[in-house]
Amino acid sequence: MVDNSKTIFARPESMTENVTHYCPGCTHGIIHRLVAEALDDLGVRERTVGVAPVGCSVLAYNYFNCDFLEAPHGRAPALATGFKRLRPDMIVFTYQGDGDLASIGGNEILHTANRGEKITTIFVNNAIYGMTGGQMAPTTLPGQVTTTCPSGRNLTDTGYPLRVSELLSTLATPAYIERVSVHTPMHIIRAKKAIRRAFEYQIEGRCFSLVEVLSTCPTNWGMTPSESTKWLNDNMVPFFPLRLFKEPETTA
Amino acid sequence: MAKILMKGNEAIAEAAIKAGCRAYFCYPITPQTEVAEYLAKRMPEVDGVFLQGESEIGVGNMLFGAAATGQRAFSTSSSPGISLMQESISYMAGAQLPVVLVNIMRGGPGLGGILPAQSDYFQSVKGGGHGDYKLLVLAPSTIQESVDLMMLAFHLADKYRNPVLIIGDGMIGQMMEPVEFPENYKEPPLPDKPWALTGASGRKPQIVKSLFLDPLMLEKNSQILNEKYEQMKKDEIRFELYKVNPKNEILITSYGTMARICQTAIDDLEERGISVGLFRPVTLFPFPEQQLFKEATRKNIRAVLTIEMSMAQMHEDVQRVIMGKTPTEFFGRTGGVVPSPEEVIDQIVGLLDKYSGKKNTKRSSSKSKKA
Amino acid sequence: MPTVIIDKNHCKGCELCVKACPMQVLAMSKDITVKGYLYAKLDDPSRCIGCRICAVTCPDVAIEVHVNGTVFALFDY
Repeated sequence: MVDNSKTIFARPESMTENVTHYCPGCTHGIIHRLVAEALDDLGVRERTVGVAPVGCSVLAYNYFNCDFLEAPHGRAPALATGFKRLRPDMIVFTYQGDGDLASIGGNEILHTANRGEKITTIFVNNAIYGMTGGQMAPTTLPGQVTTTCPSGRNLTDTGYPLRVSELLSTLATPAYIERVSVHTPMHIIRAKKAIRRAFEYQIEGRCFSLVEVLSTCPTNWGMTPSESTKWLNDNMVPFFPLRLFKEPETTA
Repeated sequence: MAKILMKGNEAIAEAAIKAGCRAYFCYPITPQTEVAEYLAKRMPEVDGVFLQGESEIGVGNMLFGAAATGQRAFSTSSSPGISLMQESISYMAGAQLPVVLVNIMRGGPGLGGILPAQSDYFQSVKGGGHGDYKLLVLAPSTIQESVDLMMLAFHLADKYRNPVLIIGDGMIGQMMEPVEFPENYKEPPLPDKPWALTGASGRKPQIVKSLFLDPLMLEKNSQILNEKYEQMKKDEIRFELYKVNPKNEILITSYGTMARICQTAIDDLEERGISVGLFRPVTLFPFPEQQLFKEATRKNIRAVLTIEMSMAQMHEDVQRVIMGKTPTEFFGRTGGVVPSPEEVIDQIVGLLDKYSGKKNTKRSSSKSKKA
Repeated sequence: MPTVIIDKNHCKGCELCVKACPMQVLAMSKDITVKGYLYAKLDDPSRCIGCRICAVTCPDVAIEVHVNGTVFALFDY
């Protein structure tokens, strides 16, 4: 080893050494790292509680070096609300997939955002149910094939994909809502900034913050990891535009 | 402390405050919304957390999150709302979280009605959610007892790290009776809460969860829960006997406000020379099995009559416990219909005929003096 | 000279880093790890500019980047 070498990239302290159970190329791992890096950079690991959903990331608590709470499917925002109300001094974040947040948990995230709970939600949108083997999610794209829409999502039958960030940003209650992605290094770097900004708002006790992160699912999309990043870019980004939807500074 | 005339719902709310609880989550539902209205004013006075959720699903899960802090928290609802909370209750039991819930029961099933009923016995005692778990279930019959059991509930929840459920019916919620809150309330020592999520500073991270993908680990978790339930069966059984003596010809089993109505009937029958005793379970889980068996199988008891405001739910447990050693009978009204003492008296007199063979001359149900 | 350390036990052979490397200095191994994955490795250390893009894009935090002396940072991270 070179004696005066400097480490310019390493595993964040808020992340455990465990090898994740996520499929090869699944970008959940990247999002975990970005959250862990935010906890490190902001020095809040020791007073943070994560709330895990039901879905691929139900086992998130094996990968974070902070206290964790495991919620029933879709209920993480309610657990976070109950916890944060009793411990406003602690940092509380939920980490949820699209089935968890946009389907069964729709009412919970809607009212948590509308009450302006001072928590942070990391919403991972990969347009499919991963853990259960690739079923249609509320965010599944038009024509996208899944095990429960085998001939492609039929819009007249199941409606259009649900744009959560747009939906929540219509609420009058101040919030920080941004949609980012992690399918290329450049997007990852931008996502890191957004996630950090979300936690900063919570540390300030300013407002509810939600970062929607477009993510890949190579296994259930039936593609290689790099093909998945391309498919995401060509199909998901057009339907789910990557931009800032709402920030407390400019809310009317 | 002087006695105060209070509505049941409000007395339950104040009892929680007196027990040191500083967090309440609610959703409006008749007949218990006054608990929320009372605490909306009262919780801020004690720097407590009061929050109305988007649904009972939201509320049950807010309670879940609050309990994970290790602090005392509770919620109240009524039958349909309690049904919506069953998922979170199962999770809290699986994750071993101390929490208190109150079900001011109303008529069911479905939207049912808003008048008093006891049709949620099975849901409460046999486990309303999924998985091998139990709730410690307490059934008050007076407003004072509701206060006492409410305070006890928080203690038992912490003692066993398990949700505790109080079930009253609409009358418990809506009646006003004088109550007294204990002066400087002290509790026996309780285990501390190393499991509470306080932030991984100076210690390894902690997880509050109920997922155990390894079947042996999940089985182990269910065994740990079961040991607690066995412990409850040994140490937490509570019941009350009313005018039980060797002269009894019939033994009534009933709980909650229904038992009070039976007491009126028993007093009335006593004046007419008919001796009837009442066995009133206070803990519905753990059910007072041996104690009921002992009273029910005395030679002088011709039959055991279970009376509930339901279509016979506790009755099944009574039959299971007595195992046919003494004939068991049931009388119940439901849907919000509350049996009168006269109806109870008619039942008793009918049973005396059925089980004694000779006509009972005192058959006519006289107007009860003390209804 | 910058060095990239790839932890074979964390790598699942997804190849995202190989494709992302601007200098194309990473390549997949010929042998497999104990879990049966091919793993990424630094093929031509001399041309690595320590830009960290491989580590940024790795979903399994399998890559550490070390440099000595000044580093040419393409982006702040």
